[in-house]
Amino acid sequence: MKSSVITFPGSNCDRDMDVALKKFGFKNKMVWHDDNELPKSDLVVLPGGFSYGDYLRCGSMAAKSKIMQSIINFAKSGGLVMGICNGFQILVETGLVPGVLLRNKYLEFICKNVFVKIDNKDNQYFKNLDKDVFEFHIAHNEGNYFCTNDQLKEIQDNNQVAIYYCNGDGNTDEKYNPNGSLNNIAGIFNKKKNVLGMMPHPERMIDKSLSGEDGSFFFKNLLNNIK
Amino acid sequence: MEVNEQIAIDHGLKKDEYKKICDLLKRTPNLTELGIFSAMWNEHCSYKSSRLHLKELPTKGKKVIQGPGENAGVIDIEDGDAIVFKIESHNHPSFIEPYQGAATGVGGIMRDVFTMGARPIANLNSIHFGSPQHKKTKNLLRGVVHGIGGYGNCMGVPTIAGQTSFDSSYNGNILVNAMTLGLVKKDKIFYSKAAGLNKPVIYVGSKTGRDGIHGASMASASFDEKIEEKKPTVQVGDPFTEKLLLEACLELMAGDSIIAIQDMGAAGLTSSSIEMASKGNLGIELNLDKVPCRETKMTPYEIMLSESQERMLIVLENGKENLAKKIFDKWNLDFAVIGKTTNTKNIELFFDKKQVAKIPVNTLVENSPMYDRKWKKSKLPKKNKFEKEVFSNLKIKDVLQKVLSNQNICSKEWIWQQYDHTVMGDTIQKPGGDSGVVRVHGTEKAVAATVDSSAVYCWAHPLTGGKQVVAESWRNLISVGATPIAITNCLNFGSPENEDNMGEFVECVRGIGEASKYLEFPVVSGNVSFYNQTKEVGIKPTPSIGGVGLIKNYKNMITMDFKEINNLVLIIGKTEGHIDQSLFARTILDEKNGPPPEINLFNEKNNGQSLLSLIEKDYIKSAHDISLGGLITAVSKMCIKGNKGIKIKRSKSLISEIEYLFSEDQGRYIIEIDPKNLKEVIKILNKNSVHHEELGIIIEKEMIINEKTKVTIDELKSYNTNWLTNFMST
Repeated sequence: MKSSVITFPGSNCDRDMDVALKKFGFKNKMVWHDDNELPKSDLVVLPGGFSYGDYLRCGSMAAKSKIMQSIINFAKSGGLVMGICNGFQILVETGLVPGVLLRNKYLEFICKNVFVKIDNKDNQYFKNLDKDVFEFHIAHNEGNYFCTNDQLKEIQDNNQVAIYYCNGDGNTDEKYNPNGSLNNIAGIFNKKKNVLGMMPHPERMIDKSLSGEDGSFFFKNLLNNIK
Repeated sequence: MEVNEQIAIDHGLKKDEYKKICDLLKRTPNLTELGIFSAMWNEHCSYKSSRLHLKELPTKGKKVIQGPGENAGVIDIEDGDAIVFKIESHNHPSFIEPYQGAATGVGGIMRDVFTMGARPIANLNSIHFGSPQHKKTKNLLRGVVHGIGGYGNCMGVPTIAGQTSFDSSYNGNILVNAMTLGLVKKDKIFYSKAAGLNKPVIYVGSKTGRDGIHGASMASASFDEKIEEKKPTVQVGDPFTEKLLLEACLELMAGDSIIAIQDMGAAGLTSSSIEMASKGNLGIELNLDKVPCRETKMTPYEIMLSESQERMLIVLENGKENLAKKIFDKWNLDFAVIGKTTNTKNIELFFDKKQVAKIPVNTLVENSPMYDRKWKKSKLPKKNKFEKEVFSNLKIKDVLQKVLSNQNICSKEWIWQQYDHTVMGDTIQKPGGDSGVVRVHGTEKAVAATVDSSAVYCWAHPLTGGKQVVAESWRNLISVGATPIAITNCLNFGSPENEDNMGEFVECVRGIGEASKYLEFPVVSGNVSFYNQTKEVGIKPTPSIGGVGLIKNYKNMITMDFKEINNLVLIIGKTEGHIDQSLFARTILDEKNGPPPEINLFNEKNNGQSLLSLIEKDYIKSAHDISLGGLITAVSKMCIKGNKGIKIKRSKSLISEIEYLFSEDQGRYIIEIDPKNLKEVIKILNKNSVHHEELGIIIEKEMIINEKTKVTIDELKSYNTNWLTNFMST
């Protein structure tokens, strides 16, 4: 399976994503933001980091990069596009997924493990996973998901919420919300569920020696689903 | 403007220094030249008060590839890999403007590391603030933490360990010391020594602005009430540009275009160009019209003294300009050929078709002043004699609560949760342990790093304190299973012109030297920060030691959390009950006098090496060194992290229970072992003549001391975790 990870100026999880994808069997290519053509891919990943230094607004400048037009076309034709952290911020700026990401509620960068509950397995990313609650890692300053009431209704009607912040038992009470996100939303799909944006970093959880291994289950499953 | 003595004094130079400049040049310098001299001859750049004493430090060793004198030190970690590392202070700017001061401190030290060709793989920091009651403390702490995070997080380099303390001696002068480790192939290390004539001198990175002019001079003076006026001397950081600069430099370094490279740190273009010329025994000619400027009408004086961040100076091989330019264009960075190397041994500056400065390089470097400052030797204070009732009237549980929630012992999670400590995907021991540990990407190896300081001990007796900090660094590395290799030091002191402060410096350096020599733990890089002083009051002497060690197989790393019920807990090293200068004495008894605990270097080495051999044999389930707060503090942390309790036996020693639990005798560790290995472990410890005793056995969720004091793990957690969060949210 072929994947492409896009490097923007200021991306800093691009290598980590490359390592994770290759570890679980993807043939990954690094793609420069200024390229015109997207290589043939089964999965495109917009990695975490600080594209353009988060200046102006997180993700806003990267969303206008040259490569983004072909990624938008790819997504519109049903291709799988996943944005992690800053990648999620870029996705909302392109309008591929609804909503915005505000500054964290307590105005501080947060780096820690969190639990997330998968809400919807009727998609290429999560189908066949044999559990619902995963321990992932977050590291962000602007992960506070927000959208209008109308958007929220539409999102809910279409089952577009991908993951919620929760505790180890899957309880999605507000007290397990690390950043103030609306309804504990940690990740969201587009309508067709081929585009996924999420704040947590599965690529940092791929080894027993790291913060945990739940990322391994995610990537292995993703590869099998795409095959 | 005609230069005269008063202008020189306004530049921070002394009368006799100005006279020396005129003598060396055999004329009066012009203003630009004077600015250059003042930048090169200030304390920060010239080490004029410290050089003489720093010579005493051991800087060589089997694993040392590069000692002090380059942008950073380099050590060998085998298989062709090397670690580049250094610690540096950014104290003065951080007090004036905490966010930018701390951020540019982190940016500066990372630049020092990647200038040598290494990709930064870990950041650490040692930060010290005034009393929590002081009105500035909270804002300074918040600003510094945001600044460190703001820069390091954006760069995508994990911040893996650190140290934070509060002490009223930092009320007017906080300390911000930043350390970076980078990974490089041994045969791809870059140095700052220029070579060859007529080689192009290249400027890359950000444009030059009017920020930070005289930053290094500001950092070479004490503070007074006019401190707010110094804000313009603080640089402004742009981590995004630095990330681009890092990637662009590493891309260029993959080829063979670079002869020498030097980042523009303190004293900017001045010190970078002069250092490269001086090391290469060459001259250098710069055309300042070519320097990319952010603001209009900048003068040669301003261009030479600006400390704008994220800039590098490179001496290239002839004919490589286009190749290099292409790389910097790709990363949207400025690139300009601004000069060339010459055989004149002068630095010559041109601006608007006129020569605006001409100074022999050696006058700025070799002929810079060096002082043998007067200093006062410290006496070892007398030991306090405590009456038995003083201890017997205290309730262990109350004391433990106070100690664990003390601002210098409590959990610093509020701080390190704001630092990205997992980016790069190799952090296997995050902040809060004895050392931070990152894997060497793609290998079985891991590198451990720690940063430590013990200002209270150094203040009480500088010689002992200096030894202690090195020993603590060594212990923190061993506690995670790493073999200690080398250290970097950041020496934060008051004014060298004050005999007491100078004495503290001289004796701390001797202590550091003695310990690092004995432990074969050489100093490979560092910096000195004097004048951490407001008016007449200096800080407590605070040398920060950054230690680095190697774990050959990362799967053998040790952590401090208790692992398994029924495992046995032992103490390595002897508990003699030294209470003076302990956290207990200072906070519970309010006794600030007395000597710090003694350092026995033989025991340090022997105990540490014996523990390493036990780790190698896979006998150690968890380990933690005993430091501030004594034995019971160390055990509490192991309980909290492992979510397990311990039943502590009555000690056979003759000292009181309080002394046993809270004394800060050195050279000690707590270890957890499987009971089936007890005999073997004891045999090895006995064979090595290591003092050891059994402390107790791991049980569920409760700490029981001598059958009478009981504390649940939840209580321990609440003592230890809440102080900082509460402090920052009120």
